[in-house]
Amino acid sequence: MSAVVTGIGVVAPNGIGHEAYWSATLAGVSGVGPIERFDASGYRCCLGGEVDDAAIAGVPGRLAAQTDRWTQLGLAGTELALADAGLDPSTVDDYRLAVITASSSGGNEFGQREIERLWAHSPEHVSAYQSIAWFYAATTGQVAIRHGMRGPCGVVVAEQAGGLEALSDARRALDSGAVAVVTGGTEAPLSPYALVCQATSGRLTDAADPADAYRPFAADANGHVPGEGGAMLIVEQAGRAAAPYGTIRGYANTFDPRPGSGRPPSLVRAIRLALQAAHVTSEEIDVVFADAAGVPELDRIESDALRAVFGPHGVPVTAPKTMTGRLYAGGASLDVATALLSLRHQIIPPTIGPAPDPRYELDLVLREPRPATLRNALVLARGYGGFNSAMVLGAAPGNTDGAARSDGPHRTDD
Amino acid sequence: MTRRVAVTGVGVVAPGGTSRKEFWDLLTEGRTATRAITLFDAAGFRSRIAAECDFDPIAAGLSDEQARTLDRAAQFALVAAREAVGDAGGLGFAAPERLGVSLGSAVGCTMGLEQNYVAVSGRGRHWLVDADAAVPELYHHLVPSSMAAEVAWEVGAEGPVKLVSTGCTSGLDAVGHGARLIADGQADVVLAGATDAPISPISVACFDAIRATSPSNDDPEHASRPFDRRRNGFVLGEGSAVLVLEDAATARARGAHVYCEVAGFAHRGNAYHMTGLRPDGAEMAEAIRVALAEARIDPSAVDYVNAHGSGTKQNDRHETAAVKTSLGPRAYEIPMSSIKSMIGHSLGAIGAIEVVACALSMEHGVVPPTANLHEPDPDCDLDYVPLHAREQRSDVVLSVGSGFGGFQTAMVLAAPGRAG
Amino acid sequence: MPEFTVGTLTRIMRECVRDAEVDLSADRIDTSFEELGYDSLAVLEIVARINQELGARLPDEAIETTSTPRQALAVVNDALAERI
Repeated sequence: MSAVVTGIGVVAPNGIGHEAYWSATLAGVSGVGPIERFDASGYRCCLGGEVDDAAIAGVPGRLAAQTDRWTQLGLAGTELALADAGLDPSTVDDYRLAVITASSSGGNEFGQREIERLWAHSPEHVSAYQSIAWFYAATTGQVAIRHGMRGPCGVVVAEQAGGLEALSDARRALDSGAVAVVTGGTEAPLSPYALVCQATSGRLTDAADPADAYRPFAADANGHVPGEGGAMLIVEQAGRAAAPYGTIRGYANTFDPRPGSGRPPSLVRAIRLALQAAHVTSEEIDVVFADAAGVPELDRIESDALRAVFGPHGVPVTAPKTMTGRLYAGGASLDVATALLSLRHQIIPPTIGPAPDPRYELDLVLREPRPATLRNALVLARGYGGFNSAMVLGAAPGNTDGAARSDGPHRTDD
Repeated sequence: MTRRVAVTGVGVVAPGGTSRKEFWDLLTEGRTATRAITLFDAAGFRSRIAAECDFDPIAAGLSDEQARTLDRAAQFALVAAREAVGDAGGLGFAAPERLGVSLGSAVGCTMGLEQNYVAVSGRGRHWLVDADAAVPELYHHLVPSSMAAEVAWEVGAEGPVKLVSTGCTSGLDAVGHGARLIADGQADVVLAGATDAPISPISVACFDAIRATSPSNDDPEHASRPFDRRRNGFVLGEGSAVLVLEDAATARARGAHVYCEVAGFAHRGNAYHMTGLRPDGAEMAEAIRVALAEARIDPSAVDYVNAHGSGTKQNDRHETAAVKTSLGPRAYEIPMSSIKSMIGHSLGAIGAIEVVACALSMEHGVVPPTANLHEPDPDCDLDYVPLHAREQRSDVVLSVGSGFGGFQTAMVLAAPGRAG
Repeated sequence: MPEFTVGTLTRIMRECVRDAEVDLSADRIDTSFEELGYDSLAVLEIVARINQELGARLPDEAIETTSTPRQALAVVNDALAERI
């Protein structure tokens, strides 16, 4: 049984819908800027990747009233993904449809509003919807209800690594008989309390200008920019869709040893296990979508791992998330979406920002996209605390013939 | 590959019993641990009852730093994990790369988030909260996977580590996913369980708003009354349970004590409503059917059902219907009890606590009762083991759970070698 | 506190489902909340917001008999009358 991605729904700071997102990404157009949702000028990190409100304009009022922006982004992304896949859930036995999302910080803005009402006023001021809007399972629940999906639904939390974990769980659900799974994730971390919480991780940039912020692998990397949005994906067994984006070939996740144990970080082992699971050698990986933490110590660990597996400058590496910020529960899914678009169009999207520190010995695709023959992509995602996930995606058959092709979601000439 | 999964150690932090032994004593004696809330001043709330753990982190073995910086739910999980590891005889036999964690939690570090919110917002006065008043570990409270990380660090796990957050089925789901890691060959040993510590104003207020919790504030000891005609909502609880799951062949080879095997696990969603349940319980029945099929055990062979039994009007009817549908006429002969009657509903944690109760039930040959059941609801007419524990050897136990978001989960535990 | 009016209830009902089109014209005021498109949770939200406006909780028994907007208005105004 081969698991393929048949639909992509992107809600990103630099594009809504995968066509707009992909055009912006190839052109190096960033969605990062000063946070506008609230006055963040008093905070050390005042930059964010914000999604245009147009993304959620289609969420019905009844649903909008009982959900956080995070879930609304997920609902919007799911609509886009289902349309992109050409999948009408009502035509499938609903026990064979499932929803498995990654969460990270949940319904931040909704929750802050309600907890404020509680403490500033009284318990009676808490909404009846608080019980269903803030908790980490809200998006999976609402998507499943909206589209009538009664199969094995799930929610995983691993911060930025969760999206790969969810996709792996989706593949397993297909193995057990599901026909299609809505997976991926979104995040809405740009509200004051959530931002203040993130700041304590020590990983947020304090650069005031987007041009200076979030510079993974640079000698002067100074932290990341937080972003909202993500991507929802439709995963199915191979065979229904005429032109899937690509195949999930292998996945592995490991956890770093406890700090101070003296044992080495385990990202390199996650990469090797993923390659093994995919039955590919490192030579068969044509591009790496890096985790790109943008924090020097973490960048060093990642570049060490890449060097160990691929050799110095051994594989093209890119981090389009420099144009969106780190999207936590939405991040890895957006990376997967981007990798699949890469495989479809046979072109590597760029990273924006300065050149990498030469000691990392990285072939970082900078500023301009790079056409290439791409058979397999490796996506890496690390979650705060020590979560390491690695996934190998394979191009759809026929994609690798010749140079980059023009855009189009349903090619049938393969 | 599908390997068999054995339970070789269990640990519990629960209301009325912050250790495995105390927990089991409470259950078998049919005592309740529900009382007036003491963890905060609950005057002004509709439901002022909870099942609280009498928990002292230092006395429980945590360090000063852990007591000061970890959320209460994380503290529970560490203590439960330690007890489970001790019960399994230590994990020295496990290679770190093959040791994983699967932890569930519905509401993560709610207390840590709320307490810090009060500080940074000036008790809700400022939308633009004060970053300078934030404690250094605040990000750990924001993203609940930090709790899985704590357990992983505690046991030295470097294999797959996951945090499952599917509302009130998080506990069952985390144990199920943990078992799958072993069955699928991704890990050989997994610390699987769940934790929640939601007894905090925001949680109590949000359940007040939807009238889900019992307002029987004048009689807290008897407020949790699953399947009883006069039931009026669940009692909010807190706690944690962790199990050591191992590849059964390895467990046998090292002479480990085995409580039971995780023989079947299945979950479905009702895709109906975020909080409402249809009375027919169809999706729970389907989860039960699939879990039994995975275990290759006939429905007629179930010896005991550990119910979700939250004590809301709708749940207990929904679940009764689901059990009748999936187990057929024999459902009337199978004892089915809810320990939430004694330890309340600890949201994401309770599913794992209930799995431990099932394992102990199989170990000791005793089925725990449903406390406070004096007048059964006519629509709930199964054998809910009212008031008194019952001696019964159980080789096959079914544990079910249901939660906000429509999640429905079933797990089948079987005596070693019993599953097909 | 002034009488709890149809206008107040209309505003609350609009906010609960983010629909500015909700109105309580004569025929709607006796239509069940369910038929008006408010599920159990939305009705609880209406009650929660009424409680906020009142600064007190409507009694449980009263809520059980509130299935139409007219009944909700009656229940609320009864509760207000008891305060005088």
